[in-house]
Amino acid sequence: MTLDEIASLLEPQIPGLRRYAWALLRDDEAADDLVQDTLERAIRHWSQRHRDGDLRAWLFAIQRNLFLNALRKRKTHGVQVGVEALENSSNADNPESRAGLRDILAGLDSLPEEQRSVLLLIGVEDLSYEQAAQVLDVPLGTVMSRLSRARGRLREFMENGRTAVLRSVK
Amino acid sequence: MTGARPIGEDDLQAYADGRLEAARLETVKDYLSSNPGVAQRVEREMAQREALRARLAFKMQEPIPARLRVANLISARKRPALFKMKGVAAALAWLVLGGILGAAGGAWWSERSSSQMAVADSAITAHRLYVSERLHPVEVPGEQEAHLVQWLSRRVGKPLKAPDLNAQGYRLIGGRLLPSGSEAAALFMYENEGGNRLTLFARSSLEEKETAFRFEMQDGISAFSWIDNGLSYVVSARADRTQLLPIAEAIYHQFQTASGPVKGRL
Repeated sequence: MTLDEIASLLEPQIPGLRRYAWALLRDDEAADDLVQDTLERAIRHWSQRHRDGDLRAWLFAIQRNLFLNALRKRKTHGVQVGVEALENSSNADNPESRAGLRDILAGLDSLPEEQRSVLLLIGVEDLSYEQAAQVLDVPLGTVMSRLSRARGRLREFMENGRTAVLRSVK
Repeated sequence: MTGARPIGEDDLQAYADGRLEAARLETVKDYLSSNPGVAQRVEREMAQREALRARLAFKMQEPIPARLRVANLISARKRPALFKMKGVAAALAWLVLGGILGAAGGAWWSERSSSQMAVADSAITAHRLYVSERLHPVEVPGEQEAHLVQWLSRRVGKPLKAPDLNAQGYRLIGGRLLPSGSEAAALFMYENEGGNRLTLFARSSLEEKETAFRFEMQDGISAFSWIDNGLSYVVSARADRTQLLPIAEAIYHQFQTASGPVKGRL
């Protein structure tokens, strides 16, 4: 396959990959780093791609796995919190939150990664349920129940705030 | 309606995503019109899905950076890719925080210096070792608080105090002296009604005078650490981050007040 052919297959996927990466990382540069790693890996393993497989699901799966690897690595080290973060930690009680003016991204952040990813892949990237199952590497039924849980929890967060969500989970 | 499959959560999700087949769509619509509570819930979830799409739409409109062009990636393939994931890891720290603290903004990250990491590690190790000790968890019991504080302050070389955590449900049961690298460290231990123990580790900081809070978790033990006024603190407990945070804040504030100009410094 020529470079142009690879480019013509890969490049149309880049905007979606960037959006998914940004939603996960919330940082322009880091998101593009993740996309770049995804594309490099895809190019390196191009021949291992199933000919008749789904390119879009394959790329999103690579990207999510790279993200999860970085997340795991990160978890074994520490995380630093700014003092501002401490002050914001009682956000759920401020008047703005009570009035229901919550950023949908804060709601997304309140979810575990697998729920965030299912919302993003299906609700934003318009992957089919089958493609999402492939990316998340779980059966179709799990995708559906995870989607249902994720939407329920996001709704609860948007309506009642973080404390309610935390309480319902613990 | 004989033989119709009952409505499932999967139907409702597919309805929200506009992915139902025509025949099934009618059935689901009928169901929703006779179940307004569920219908309202589905409406809200659809609105939130749209809100998320709208919030992220800007990213689709951006022109893609040149470095992501396939031609450029292929020509640059010989460069090591290692440094890039650093940026990803950095952003992750922020993100993990978002999940922990619910701080949608304002959180910042930085890599920990190795000495800070060593302090947190020794604090957590001490916590693990002494908290489970039944006979001699402390060297000096909480009843002798004044003596304990004076002794540990002298050995650590900084004025210490045993913060009052009664408001958080923890009472001081005592403390001990520990080695930390080549320095002396103080360990205060507290216990709540349920018998859960919490430790506060303090030693003088060699490098930095002041840092932000940072959080870590090792095998179920949560720890917040920070440096303030040249003292390095680590509060550890087998607790949730959300439970430990207000305690860490309370300690931080008590030391802030204590180290004000009235008391002076060593």
